[in-house]
Amino acid sequence: MILNILIGIGIAFFGFVLQTSIAGINRKIVGRLQKRHGPRWYQEFIDIFKLLSKRSITHGWIFDFGVIMALGGIIATAMFMPLTNNFLAFENFDNFFIFVYLIAVGMLGMAMSASGSGNPWASIGVMRALTTMLAYEVPFLIVVLTIINLTGNSSLTEIMLYQQASGNNWFLIALPIGGLVGFIALMGMLGKKPFETYVAPAEIASGPMVEYGGKQLGMLFIMNEISAFIEVSLFVHLFLGGATNIFEFLIKYFVVYTLANLISSVNGRFKIDQVVKFFYKWPLIMAVTQAVIAIYFGWVI
Amino acid sequence: MLSTKYTEKTKLTKDEIDRKWWEVGDYFRRNSLWLLMYCTGCCAVELPPSMTSAYDMERLGMGPMATPRQADILLVSGYLSLKTLRRLIYTYEQMSEPKYVIGLGSCPINGGIYHDSHAVINQLDQYIPVDVYVAGCMPNPESILNGFVDLMESIKNKTANSWKKYRDNNEWYKQNQKDALGEVIIHDEFHE
Repeated sequence: MILNILIGIGIAFFGFVLQTSIAGINRKIVGRLQKRHGPRWYQEFIDIFKLLSKRSITHGWIFDFGVIMALGGIIATAMFMPLTNNFLAFENFDNFFIFVYLIAVGMLGMAMSASGSGNPWASIGVMRALTTMLAYEVPFLIVVLTIINLTGNSSLTEIMLYQQASGNNWFLIALPIGGLVGFIALMGMLGKKPFETYVAPAEIASGPMVEYGGKQLGMLFIMNEISAFIEVSLFVHLFLGGATNIFEFLIKYFVVYTLANLISSVNGRFKIDQVVKFFYKWPLIMAVTQAVIAIYFGWVI
Repeated sequence: MLSTKYTEKTKLTKDEIDRKWWEVGDYFRRNSLWLLMYCTGCCAVELPPSMTSAYDMERLGMGPMATPRQADILLVSGYLSLKTLRRLIYTYEQMSEPKYVIGLGSCPINGGIYHDSHAVINQLDQYIPVDVYVAGCMPNPESILNGFVDLMESIKNKTANSWKKYRDNNEWYKQNQKDALGEVIIHDEFHE
């Protein structure tokens, strides 16, 4: 049991290091895209350690406690994440719904803490974050329920093994419309550019993060990196057939995150009502179409 | 040759340990300086070229930030009228320590071309302490980046101590601020 917990914390730490490095490399890639030199690849680590080394103020114990709750909740979620189809910390506890439930703990901790600061921009940012969540979760869940219906199992490892079995394709190929919906929902989860409404530095002064400085902001950065790790890994496991070894996982992870980031760097930002309208229009129609095609007609490639 | 005699380990004092940790922190602080741009004056037009692909500030690890809580540098670009000075002081006091101030252009140094205006303050460091000045009217992007590198050097040499100065000489700065701005009599959210 203790060994399992240690492996779980190791997975969370691995996710932090992996996502922070890849985010740093992506800053360089985006720099090259804009004909700049770009920062060093370990710039994100420097940023986080600098924030942890600064002095910070508090706005009351809710403000501090919420940050710790957010970080703890996200680490607890990452502990259940399988890396490959035979490496996970807690056997039989890799159900898709565990992630849906547990990731909300971290998000609610951040929402509570941001509201505790009393800044109106923070409240607006939290409101927008929850609205965006409400928008992307509906089409995403329809696609995932289709996948669960096809595989007859909601465990991530089982879904991975189903895709790796001979005769079956990755769900990105088997359900092409659904895969597209999944990727759009992933962009919404990661807060990438067309759906970046709740950060919006020029509009609402970085939203929920507006009152954070120093150590609290550093902890939120770590939380943000680990939650990105969870979201991208979910996409890799659900749609890209998971991974049989760690290198395959790293390659798929890097490709998915870089693609999301490249799309993000050439896009503008939607308004919050445009985000909700967009998600409830095209991705929802596509998701329902895919579900009908896959379940009632049985047309799965 | 090393002596084989037993010598007692020299224990580091608490101050020395603190200093060592501070030096480790200084490495991170000088390689990741986030700016809060207080763009009231005309020098602000030189900042976009120094940020974007022409001179690319991000390769030094610098970047713009949205709020004073997140920022390390307060970049005062250009002249400060009395009304903006009050907001500048509020902003400066909200930033988390260690914090640095850069004065851009000749207006924060001696008033520049507005030196005889009744509405504009002439010397910024009478009101808040300044680490680095970048002279010029306006300074071009090379000299702005040079100013940033100077700030990094002085963080490395432990001479960027303006935030300590503000804490130690707080009464003097407060008195100067009061002399320039006057006492605030009504205290509510509309009259400050």
